[in-house]
Amino acid sequence: MKYTLSVLVENHPGVLSRVAGLFSRRGFNIDSLAVGVTEDPTISRMTIVVNGDDYVVEQVTKQLNKLIDVIKVKKLDPKEAVERELALIKVNANSQTRSDIIQITEIFRANIVDVSKETLTIEISGDEDKIEALIELLKQYGIREVVRTGLIAIERGNKVISKSKSEEDE
Amino acid sequence: MKVKMTVARAMVEVLKSEGVEIIFGIPGAAIYPFYDALYSSDIKHVLVRTEQAAVHEASGYARTTGKVGVCVATSGPGATNLITGIATAYMDSVPIVAITGQVNSSLIGKDVFQEVDITGATAPFTKHNYLVKDPKKIVRILKEAFYIASTGRRGPVLIDVPIDVQMQEIEFEIPKEIDIPGYKPKEKGHPLQIKRAVEAIENSKRPVVCSGGGVIASGASEELRILVEKQKIPVISTLMGIGCIPTDHPYYLGMIGSHGQKEANLALRQADLLIVIGARLADRALGDTKITDNMKIIHIDIDPAEIGKNVDTNVPIVGDAKQVLSEINKRISERKDFWAHEIKAQKKVLPDDDKLHPYDVLREISRAYNGDYIITTDVGQHQIWAAHNLYIKEPGTFITSGGLGTMGYGVPAAIGAKFGRPDKEVISITGDGSFQMLLQELATIKREQVPVKIVLFNNTRLGMVYELQKRRCSGRFIATCLDGNPDFMILAKAYDIQSMRIDKKDQVREAVETLKNHKGPFLLEVVISPDEPTIPQ
Repeated sequence: MKYTLSVLVENHPGVLSRVAGLFSRRGFNIDSLAVGVTEDPTISRMTIVVNGDDYVVEQVTKQLNKLIDVIKVKKLDPKEAVERELALIKVNANSQTRSDIIQITEIFRANIVDVSKETLTIEISGDEDKIEALIELLKQYGIREVVRTGLIAIERGNKVISKSKSEEDE
Repeated sequence: MKVKMTVARAMVEVLKSEGVEIIFGIPGAAIYPFYDALYSSDIKHVLVRTEQAAVHEASGYARTTGKVGVCVATSGPGATNLITGIATAYMDSVPIVAITGQVNSSLIGKDVFQEVDITGATAPFTKHNYLVKDPKKIVRILKEAFYIASTGRRGPVLIDVPIDVQMQEIEFEIPKEIDIPGYKPKEKGHPLQIKRAVEAIENSKRPVVCSGGGVIASGASEELRILVEKQKIPVISTLMGIGCIPTDHPYYLGMIGSHGQKEANLALRQADLLIVIGARLADRALGDTKITDNMKIIHIDIDPAEIGKNVDTNVPIVGDAKQVLSEINKRISERKDFWAHEIKAQKKVLPDDDKLHPYDVLREISRAYNGDYIITTDVGQHQIWAAHNLYIKEPGTFITSGGLGTMGYGVPAAIGAKFGRPDKEVISITGDGSFQMLLQELATIKREQVPVKIVLFNNTRLGMVYELQKRRCSGRFIATCLDGNPDFMILAKAYDIQSMRIDKKDQVREAVETLKNHKGPFLLEVVISPDEPTIPQ
């Protein structure tokens, strides 16, 4: 089972390595980890997708909370969150296949962001399944390279994960 | 008011403001500005002979005083020599601030002479660590370090300060308060969980308290005593929890685990409710005891991550043991019967033959001192013998490396303990294997004239592993015989330390009296059989 954690951390050098180190040291599996600064430049947000059971996600949450640089950890309910991933896919394209690829790209509401004689580069954002589906379809043309950001997620509605630590998050 | 001074001087000023009286360490080129600033301060510096000992001494000091222990080392090998001691303090939740020098900021990452990424190396086993790049942040960082080390679940914090940063001038002002957004330790237990705990205790038929080092760290012994006496609950402890309640208390059954006492393990197996307080219940503590669905568990710990980590918990309570127990005590009723009478009655009687056994010496020490001492131990068979046989009267007077199991811990910890509590007799129980891991600290004892007593059990073996090989490898002993041991009497003489060797049972009483009556440091070597076991036979 996959869980998405939204983690607010202090924006210091070394924090990412502390977080990543914690996962490897304790034998937790990270599926993806995306990090970027928030509206407050002193704070970054990490979106971590963890693979495991309830015990694993509870331990990950508790161990993350132990890190001094971690301000808040919240497990996101997929139904109550918007989840997105960005991928850039470079695929083989020639005069026979190009229009097919463009059609597929449009169906997926993806964008072609670069064209060469032999390739097309497609930008797609969406949840993991959507990106997987596009990659699957493009495989027949020959995928040269895929770059993915890992998942980022935000809660739906007016809910926000604020800086203050409350009991329920521990 | 702001005053201009160097970072090195500011570091010393913050240490003074934190009440630091003593520092253990070794100087080096990357930390000399700090040492220079220390020269004109009242803070005592104890020069150790290897950096690992500096952390252990700071640890012994911290564990006897309740204050933060401070140690210092230079960059590179000085810093890496601290690692074992820092990991030891982390596993046993000992508040330490370790300060290391670092190479010039502009050279960091270039693999220059005596450079090492010590913050990277110690991240997994420090509560937190810092590399100080901005001189203006040093004061806040040091204050934070003391705050983090000494609050919540305590532990070591490392601060790495490049030499050029130490020499820069700053405007010094101590911040009034510390606010770390990601660090808000929770001391008060949740009232609903406390209510549930009270109900669970009152409804149980065979409750057992398993007490760990957290009880001692939080000063919760009195609250624990009240609870167990009100509810007549037998107490078992982990190695770190020894002394949580006097070992002669009628409800104390002993230490649990693979090297624990039979009565304690029996009580754990028969309990229908286990109240874990300030303990991790790691593999060695549980031994082969399986926690069954029939046994309910209340787990009280200041570190939420400990709850549910090793055993499933029915009633988790995050909070400081002293606060939580006093809340429970306010609500709990009195119970009539002590259920573990029979278990207690099965206490093993040790053989009384003509051979000299370690317990003869340990029990004689207990008798002679009546528990008025601080004991430190090393790691090995002697540690287990000490845990089983010494009378421990007060919390915090049995100091041992329980989590990491660091051989070499005992003697330096005793030095630190004696500096922390000069009014107390400090006795280090060690073995010939452990002792030789940091025996150079005899030089620190000599130089500082630290009147610690060392009781060295010599079986010319790495006894724990020897015993393991005997049981599990059909006596295929490899690399556990310590041929080449020095003559410990001559060794002690070399350091100007009085010593005595015994190898017979009838010498014990006189030897312990000599040990007790001697005013300065003393080494008592006790020659014992390599076949003396730790596992109950």
